[in-house]
Amino acid sequence: MTKFMRTMAAAGAMLGAVAVGSAPALAQDTIKVGVLHSLSGTMAISETTLKDTVLMMVDDVNKKGGLLGKKLEAVVVDPASNWPLFAEKARELISKEKVAVVFGCWTSVSRKSVLPVFEELNSMLFYPVQYEGEESSKNVFYTGAAPNQQAIPAVEYLMSKEGGEVKRWVLAGTDYVYPRTTNKILEAFLKSKGVKQEDIMISYTPFGHSDWQTIVADIKKFGSAGKKTAVVSTINGDANVPFYKELANAGIKASDIPVVAFSVGEEELAGIDTKNLVGHLAAWNYFQSVKNPTNDAFIKQWKTFIKNDKRVTNDPMEATYIGFKMWAQAVAQAGSTNVDAVRQAMYGQKVKAPSGFTAVMNTNHHLSKPVLIGEIRPDGQFNTVWQTKGPVKADAWSKFIPESAKLTADWTFPWVCGNCEMPKYAALTN
Amino acid sequence: MQRFLPILLVVLMLALVAFVRPSAAQDLAATLSGLTDSDPKPAIAALTQSGDDKAKAALAALAAGNLYTRLSDGAVVIGETDGALIVVTNAATGEIEDMAKPEELQVIAVSDDVKSLLAGAVPAASSGPVDFTTALNGLKSDSFADKGKAIEALTDLGDVRAIAVFRALADGRLFLRKSDGLMVIGAPSGNDLALTSPLDGRALGAVSPGTLDPLFVNNNLRNVLREAVGRLGLSSADPAARQIAANALLDNATPEAVALLRDAYGRETVDGVKRIMALSLAAAEIAHPDKVKRLDAIAVLGAASDLRVRALLQARLNQEPDADVKAALVKAFDRMQTKITLYSYVENFVQGISLGSVLLLAAVGLAITFGVMGVINMAHGEMIMLGAYSAYVTQELFRALLPPGWIGAYLIVALPVAFLIAAAVGVVIERGVIRFLYGRPLETMLATWGVSLCLQQAVRSIFGATNKEVANPSWMTGAIDVAGGLSVTWNRVYIIIFCFLVLGLIALILKRTAFGLHMRAVTQNRQMAAVMGIPTARIDAMTFALGSGIAGMAGVALSQIGNVSPNLGTLYIVDSFLVVVFGGVGSLMGTLVGALTLGVVNKILEPVAGAVLGKVVVLVCIILFIQKRPRGLFAAKGRSADA
Repeated sequence: MTKFMRTMAAAGAMLGAVAVGSAPALAQDTIKVGVLHSLSGTMAISETTLKDTVLMMVDDVNKKGGLLGKKLEAVVVDPASNWPLFAEKARELISKEKVAVVFGCWTSVSRKSVLPVFEELNSMLFYPVQYEGEESSKNVFYTGAAPNQQAIPAVEYLMSKEGGEVKRWVLAGTDYVYPRTTNKILEAFLKSKGVKQEDIMISYTPFGHSDWQTIVADIKKFGSAGKKTAVVSTINGDANVPFYKELANAGIKASDIPVVAFSVGEEELAGIDTKNLVGHLAAWNYFQSVKNPTNDAFIKQWKTFIKNDKRVTNDPMEATYIGFKMWAQAVAQAGSTNVDAVRQAMYGQKVKAPSGFTAVMNTNHHLSKPVLIGEIRPDGQFNTVWQTKGPVKADAWSKFIPESAKLTADWTFPWVCGNCEMPKYAALTN
Repeated sequence: MQRFLPILLVVLMLALVAFVRPSAAQDLAATLSGLTDSDPKPAIAALTQSGDDKAKAALAALAAGNLYTRLSDGAVVIGETDGALIVVTNAATGEIEDMAKPEELQVIAVSDDVKSLLAGAVPAASSGPVDFTTALNGLKSDSFADKGKAIEALTDLGDVRAIAVFRALADGRLFLRKSDGLMVIGAPSGNDLALTSPLDGRALGAVSPGTLDPLFVNNNLRNVLREAVGRLGLSSADPAARQIAANALLDNATPEAVALLRDAYGRETVDGVKRIMALSLAAAEIAHPDKVKRLDAIAVLGAASDLRVRALLQARLNQEPDADVKAALVKAFDRMQTKITLYSYVENFVQGISLGSVLLLAAVGLAITFGVMGVINMAHGEMIMLGAYSAYVTQELFRALLPPGWIGAYLIVALPVAFLIAAAVGVVIERGVIRFLYGRPLETMLATWGVSLCLQQAVRSIFGATNKEVANPSWMTGAIDVAGGLSVTWNRVYIIIFCFLVLGLIALILKRTAFGLHMRAVTQNRQMAAVMGIPTARIDAMTFALGSGIAGMAGVALSQIGNVSPNLGTLYIVDSFLVVVFGGVGSLMGTLVGALTLGVVNKILEPVAGAVLGKVVVLVCIILFIQKRPRGLFAAKGRSADA
């Protein structure tokens, strides 16, 4: 028995070592880059890819001779899809490992969990995932889309003639902060466009919901009331696969009731047989299928790094790429990894993004990026059917929610504030 | 360092400026700024002569009133309104730079005589008679609007060759060959695509998809295509094709299509097809100006119970001016509504049974390991996951090694494979971990939980963290339309059947085989069984293997409706324990009744309370129930229950 327990403990320790294994310590003179993505648990499915993306970018910088004459060193930790653990690991990265910057988090709840740590220790986090907005922290740069860069344009597209002039809306989401906030914004937006309450159906499901029969049947019924109907899906994570399988089997075609999703990208589609889903939509700021030299190079770099020709790229990876490039540029410009200096250098930083446009970091810590709407193709890629003509500036605070419409996020003088109604002057004394 | 920073910055900026502003663009910028002079004519002349594309674009923008001066830096920019904002393109470089507010820009106004100077630059669009090949070439356009025009032209030609083209286009199987730009139709053949010519159906050999560029459509065009296929298909010789065509025209027939449909209706000889044509005709006539025709149409439509028909009636109800017709509409609508409501109750029940069967499948392995052996096996979910991964591996092997026709059979092969793999892992866990812990439930639970984490991470390391695609074989896709919007998907039907087969099999093993007898003997009284010469240790291992193997088979079934990811097991473990505890530990019958009850109750609550609250209510009910009957629905009786 005790022998067994010892064996188990040893096995456990080994496993732990594999999961949390950081890169071997290099010489003293390195710049440490923290990677805070779940490598086990429910979110590992999405976040592991982002960890690899950061490693790829670090590798790329090192091959080109490093930054400020130093090599970069990635410090990878595993918060294991456990929200409080995110805060602990963030503290470990900043205080113990003394990293210059952290790339990490996927779910909003994990970001909210680490936020106080980053603010307390004045460190810097790059958050690469599309989210609900309504936030702007001095210590976070948000490189994913805000609702006005994803949700609102997608709905506007469906309302247009090209998108099928949709009159009735199903807002389906997983029951947590991102879908709830996004749907609140969308509901206000739809009503401002004259959509009546009876033409909006809202439904929430738990994380990992696997039995979609009732909801899909409801959507089918709701959609047969004589008005063009669309589903706006903020369903997140594992629940998407059974949802799409049920949709396909129930014979709901995209030309009858299109589903536009905000959390389904190339990576998620890789787990689904897409032949019956052709025509359903997704709104992002990047698709792998976009044709331009930057993207070709990005895809090639990824496939070479991961040594697998079948792996796909997706929007959060592109956001990680943009964030990393901007950070490296800002460090080079500031000539230091000092958080305050780098932050000042971040504003206005431009990166030629794989989406084909130049992404710009704004003073509200969010990006200007284009919005793309794509239809699912039989090969699991997206075909861009509509895109904004230029980059759209992210609103940290939605103008469709009355209480947030008054707020401004601007971290340059004289605002120096992420959520104020009036300019706030920072004290000029030390 | 700090001191050099400004210098460094200036150098960087200068380098940047020099880099993005090549001299040609600088010249153009200078000429463009001439447009803002009091006499813009020299600048216009210079731009017209230059023949540069950017200059042409700037002139076109000027003529349309879209050329602006940016107030911040005085640059000449082309603006395109996009909602409340304006997309700003630098006229000199041709690059999109920003989204600007209208007040940040000033329009470059031109006088009327300058406008006349600019006129004539816009090339006139040509229009003429088209043949099949020309119209086909129109599909190559990048713009969806132009593709739509080409589809219209093809439909108007009435050429039946267009049907295959339209079908292929709607399915994303219409390609341009990269080598020579020839338009081809592709049909999957193994990993390659077999090509045919859209002009004469000639086979052009099979090639890899990488050598082709697909032509894309959007949802709008898909609807146009569906209608076009309907129109063209009406004159097909095949009754099935005519039926599909008539059905496609039910809710989106154009006037031309209605005329064709009426002709086809007159010619039609097959009863079933004729009925559908009548329905589609009636659907088209519901907005007929003649009141009598409208009433006739409603009478025909009222007899159907199709969700699309109901939608038509409802839409018409809002527009109908005539009181008589309105009354008929309301009557027809109500009658249909009652029918559909009735069906929806049946639907809820069927869905409940289906959910119940999924729960039962997930729980039935646990009913053996937990129910019969009393082992709290937290790694049960991972056995299900291993089964699902076995299905994935089997599918990949089939794809790689066997001809494409065999792929539908992979699922049948996956079942025994999954059983053996999960059973083998089960034996290893039992022999390696659990046998040391019999009689210590808490430690068993912790140890098996550890095992479950190890298995999850092992699978994650081997297969990667992402979902794996397990395709439904074609005989499991789609749904059966029972009646009026009530449909049951095939994969669920098979799962219900499969689940009862498995349950029957287990009952047979338990009641009719020597192994089953030994198993029951060991469970009821271990010492006595050992005294009778039953090898208890081997029976323990085999029982655990059976339970695990069945969980593996459940995994194959569950891979057909959900994810295949390392977390698959965690989704089902709680539900499985719930079912076994609710049904009564140690009773297969209890597991069956428990699972079905939970499924049906869940599905009845879901439409009323919503998915989240529904689940909460079910949990609360179970807690209350367990308070009242701690041993579950079917409590095991006798001495064994107290052991």
